[in-house]
Amino acid sequence: MIHSLFLINCSGDIFLEKHWKSVVSQSVCDYFFEAQEKAADVENVPPVISTPHHYLISIYRDKLFFVSVIQTEVPPLFVIEFLHRVADTFQDYFGECSEAAIKDNVVIVYELLEEMLDNGFPLATESNILKELIKPPTILRSVVNSITGSSNVGDTLPTGQLSNIPWRRAGVKYTNNEAYFDVVEEIDAIIDKSGSTVFAEIQGVIDACIKLSGMPDLSLSFMNPRLLDDVSFHPCIRFKRWESERVLSFIPPDGNFRLISYRVSSQNLVAIPVYVKHSISFKENSSCGRFDITIGPKQNMGKTIEGITVTVHMPKVVLNMNLTTTQGSYTFDPVTKVLTWDVGKITPQKLPSLKGLVNLQSGAPKPEENPSLNIQFKIQQLAISGLKVNRLDMYGEKYKPFKGVKYVTKAGKFQVRT
Amino acid sequence: MTDSKYFTTTKKGEIFELKAELNSDKKEKKKEAVKKVIASMTVGKDVSALFPDVVNCMQTDNLELKKLVYLYLMNYAKSQPDMAIMAVNTFVKDCEDPNPLIRALAVRTMGCIRVDKITEYLCEPLRKCLKDEDPYVRKTAAVCVAKLHDINAQLVEDQGFLDTLKDLISDSNPMVVANAVAALSEIAESHPSSNLLDLNPQSINKLLTALNECTEWGQIFILDCLANYTPKDDREAQSICERVTPRLSHANSAVVLSAVKVLMKFMEMLSKDLDYYGTLLKKLAPPLVTLLSAEPELQYVALRNINLIVQKRPEILKHEMKVFFVKYNDPIYVKLEKLDIMIRLASQANIAQVLAELKEYATEVDVDFVRKAVRAIGRCAIKVEQSAERCVSTLLDLIQTKVNYVVQEAIVVIKDIFRKYPNKYESVIATLCENLDSLDEPEARAAMIWIVGEYAERIDNADELLESFLEGFHDESTQVQLQLLTGIVKLFLKKPTETQELVQQVLSLATQDSDNPDLRDRGYIYWRLLSTDPVAAKEVVLAEKPLISEETDLIEPTLLDELICYIGTLASVYHKPPSAFVEGGRGVVHKSLPPRTASSESAESPETAPAGAPPGEQPDVIPAQGDLLGDLLNLDLGPPVSGPPLTTSSVQMGAVDLLGGGLDSLIGGTNFVAPPTAAVPASLGAPIGSGLSDLFDLTSGVGTLSGSYVAPKAVWLPAMKAKGLEISGTFTRQVGSISMDLQLTNKALQVMTDFAIQFNRNSFGLAPAAPLQVHAPLSPNQTVEISLPLSTVGSVMKMEPLNNLQVAVKNNIDVFYFSTLYPLHILFVEDGKMDRQMFLATWKDIPNENEAQFQIRDCPLNAEAVSSKLQSSNIFTVAKRNVEGQDMLYQCLKLTNGIWVLAELRIQPGNPSCTLSLKCRAPEVSQHVYQAYETILKN
Repeated sequence: MIHSLFLINCSGDIFLEKHWKSVVSQSVCDYFFEAQEKAADVENVPPVISTPHHYLISIYRDKLFFVSVIQTEVPPLFVIEFLHRVADTFQDYFGECSEAAIKDNVVIVYELLEEMLDNGFPLATESNILKELIKPPTILRSVVNSITGSSNVGDTLPTGQLSNIPWRRAGVKYTNNEAYFDVVEEIDAIIDKSGSTVFAEIQGVIDACIKLSGMPDLSLSFMNPRLLDDVSFHPCIRFKRWESERVLSFIPPDGNFRLISYRVSSQNLVAIPVYVKHSISFKENSSCGRFDITIGPKQNMGKTIEGITVTVHMPKVVLNMNLTTTQGSYTFDPVTKVLTWDVGKITPQKLPSLKGLVNLQSGAPKPEENPSLNIQFKIQQLAISGLKVNRLDMYGEKYKPFKGVKYVTKAGKFQVRT
Repeated sequence: MTDSKYFTTTKKGEIFELKAELNSDKKEKKKEAVKKVIASMTVGKDVSALFPDVVNCMQTDNLELKKLVYLYLMNYAKSQPDMAIMAVNTFVKDCEDPNPLIRALAVRTMGCIRVDKITEYLCEPLRKCLKDEDPYVRKTAAVCVAKLHDINAQLVEDQGFLDTLKDLISDSNPMVVANAVAALSEIAESHPSSNLLDLNPQSINKLLTALNECTEWGQIFILDCLANYTPKDDREAQSICERVTPRLSHANSAVVLSAVKVLMKFMEMLSKDLDYYGTLLKKLAPPLVTLLSAEPELQYVALRNINLIVQKRPEILKHEMKVFFVKYNDPIYVKLEKLDIMIRLASQANIAQVLAELKEYATEVDVDFVRKAVRAIGRCAIKVEQSAERCVSTLLDLIQTKVNYVVQEAIVVIKDIFRKYPNKYESVIATLCENLDSLDEPEARAAMIWIVGEYAERIDNADELLESFLEGFHDESTQVQLQLLTGIVKLFLKKPTETQELVQQVLSLATQDSDNPDLRDRGYIYWRLLSTDPVAAKEVVLAEKPLISEETDLIEPTLLDELICYIGTLASVYHKPPSAFVEGGRGVVHKSLPPRTASSESAESPETAPAGAPPGEQPDVIPAQGDLLGDLLNLDLGPPVSGPPLTTSSVQMGAVDLLGGGLDSLIGGTNFVAPPTAAVPASLGAPIGSGLSDLFDLTSGVGTLSGSYVAPKAVWLPAMKAKGLEISGTFTRQVGSISMDLQLTNKALQVMTDFAIQFNRNSFGLAPAAPLQVHAPLSPNQTVEISLPLSTVGSVMKMEPLNNLQVAVKNNIDVFYFSTLYPLHILFVEDGKMDRQMFLATWKDIPNENEAQFQIRDCPLNAEAVSSKLQSSNIFTVAKRNVEGQDMLYQCLKLTNGIWVLAELRIQPGNPSCTLSLKCRAPEVSQHVYQAYETILKN
């Protein structure tokens, strides 16, 4: 089970340590630093490192490393999932998961860590249970606390802790009862040089924001539930109902949570909303090259594509780029060799393009590889898979809630090879 | 108003100031002071000096303050054991508190104070809390038992906490059940022998019920525990699978993977004809693919596990190739794993896509990744024959790029392709030779030298090329030196006239100027070969090489089966069984997949080995593993394979002449003396392959022994099941001692050492009387004969069949299991003769229903011959009668465990069959005694 946790920032300082069993010396992190040095890039540090006496399992989140120390055989996924849960909790409590936020709230952090894990076993990881045990800091509360001397540690047993629905607390009350759902789909795709799709799939999630009084029992149905054949559910969803009727039936947690995540992989369902025309070439024995890309909409189902950004990791020999753009603005960082073109919206009448010269280091051999283009975009009011919510019914409570569904499609890992 | 203020220090000694504040009367000030102490603790500062002051703050109604003090206590109690006692009273009091939160907090904290003295005080409160009315307290107490066990295992056992913990598995609250399972699993891990988690259908049912209702973490513990259970038949397996499958849709990836483990394991028991089997296969793919869209760290662990799963059951993901395509912003550790799986899934159907991707990857930036991609192209060529041509042309394209590491990597894999498809792609050699100068890595240089040596007859300037390498011979790595030596000898054997000088040079470099024993030995061997028998040299050095196998890095099946049982654990990430890396040498129990049950036995072959390895395909190729190239390089001394010789006989005749002349001049003309024998390493016979053993050592083979009949050696453990170790053997009995004559053959490409043998308990208590003595390491293609003395004083367990013996053999590679049947006559003792009276009395004494009658056919021996033949195997004739022209022999024998067997053998002259009646108090041996009679009489 999880023995200890070290939080390490990007410059390699250990700024927090927590031990659930005996104390393990900080020096164990030296093995981690060694691996970090070898990996060159922070993102390439291997998540499981073995040392003579321990295993280090780490995640990299928000420019911080969460390094856990393991002494016995334990499922690494369990550890990684737990570490992400810790980071999520910090995010939830402090609005951001950063070194500053953690240092500012170090005592709460410590109390949280103690509450989340007991002897390496997870104890309470549900946000609403934790919040009953340890109240999140707010400016108002800290003022009140310092005047009245009351504390931000709850002294009663959280209600959800042992019930069959640990994710919901009892006695929730709202004056405005609302239930909102966001259907967010991200397209992961690899497009090859000629513009044909090598690989494409949709990673979808339905995030919910539920503010309903009492113990509502919700059923969410879809126009086309057949789309969803590979789904991961929040524990609140009744699996049997889904198996038999394809209806999401659940008593929701209070507040924000991810209801389901799903994957649509069959290629004909994944429409690619943009295309890129590109010509990037480097001349042999000369210190310059040409760069020319144009981006346009494909099938966008009557919706505008917006928030387009193109990021390109140029080869190491590129010194600088002299480009002109018809729309938006571009930057090139000569140190990291990253070209970023912030395009904005596409208007089909005039397609945005970016072209110009690339300056190469003189004397260096011409780059073997052409860079991949990484594209970000967003389409509002559209779930690209065609998923549509049919209706939301509520049982168990008398009032009439406000209901709403929002759709949005984004680019996930969307890359175009050139 | 943030906590960062707690980090600020004043000039006037921090500790001093904190001490004052901790002893302040004001509650608020106290709390702030404790917070400061905790803040220092979080960054690893030593604040243990404040121990008494902090503990003094413990008696408080303020829960936050209490929790903070507890946090401090847990960290420092160990360093201040005497002071920690001060806290005990408060704990005991808190365990009686009406608020369950406080009770739980107290018991939880007490368990974390790792001080021996405190544990005694902990027992009573813990006992109460384990039976607390509030499930929250019970579940906390369950974990506390595990904590206490870690500190003082004996105490936990003496106090009976383990039994209480077992009872909690039947608790009404699922969270309590989950924690009890987790605690028991943790305790069981440190005590593998203790049968703590005694799983039976009832407890399994309870676990499955709790599974649906407990938290995600609890689900992981329960699923991992379920995976250790072996259902009694396929029906039970199926019903558990049905109840576990909903977990595949859980949002927590650890739950998903643990569920996959249970399903993969229990699936083994289901018949493949079952509809449900197919359904289950289909259900497994989507969750595995979903894991790949998670965070990169999760992806990495998932990919390592998928790597195992596609080796075990490739059908699950065969249509999902595309999800393993690499994205350029994947972390490198994910990229490398994806690549590995892509090759495993490559087949004729998808090879075009895969190759296109691989070519794309080969132009990426990351050097490690590019190298692996190039290597992957080679592996595709070897795996999918239809694609070989395309792969080779892709590799040639890549060589044209002249990117140094790409070229080198390509040459290494092309060499493998040559090995797999001889005489097909040699036209590319010219292109390869162009790049000779750019090679600077030993592996690539060695590969290139191998190619030049192997195809010397097709390369006009092969001698020049090799000579160019020879200049810097001593600066090369051993790999290259060895290869160069072999390459030049090959060249010499192919083109003897022009290359004498070269071969002389390399032989002297290797034998005289080198201090590397491997190189020197190989040099001497070549030298002696060339000087004694050039024809043999040709047969040895230019022997046809066995083909290399398709999958060069498949995990060996028994290990794979074991690893499947460890899906989701660290073992699955490292692809090693836990015994290989878990610290402290705790006796880790080997897990194995359950065998298919009899009711579902379909076309599957019945397995006798306990590890239930799936039947492999008959390999006509060598099972290469590990670093393929290293293996290839060591293979040059391969055995002379049966089959057509490489050259036609007429050419050979000519060659002999040439060689003779060449050698004469080589040895005579240039004042070369054949190396003195003393210089030849004494252990010449041992470290070299059997090809050479045949040449040098003709004394192998055990002479036939007098005494009991000895069956010819049979293969007990085929090489393909044991990573290249082949074991054949037989049993002998000679003057009262039994032995097992073993013949171990190393058919793998690596040296085997550290042999050991062990028997499972068996019907007659057979056990090795001495350790397995293999004196020298067993090098590839070498065979040793060993006679292992056996005793009959081992532990006894009745086997089915009676004479079944299960054997485990270990070497440096792994542990292998096989079972064999021993002939019963090795157990017939020398003093097994009865006198007549005794015989008569015993015969009458044994009830008639114990009598068994057998026919021995085709045994045209007369009574005399039979009697003497049997006597040599310790079956004694007590009396002989002639009744109505039939010879009646009355015989007796005694087994090592003292069982007497009496026999009446009726022989009719002229009739080749005889009738055997056996009487014995243990009638189950009769059948085997009869078999022993048959074997003895017919041989």
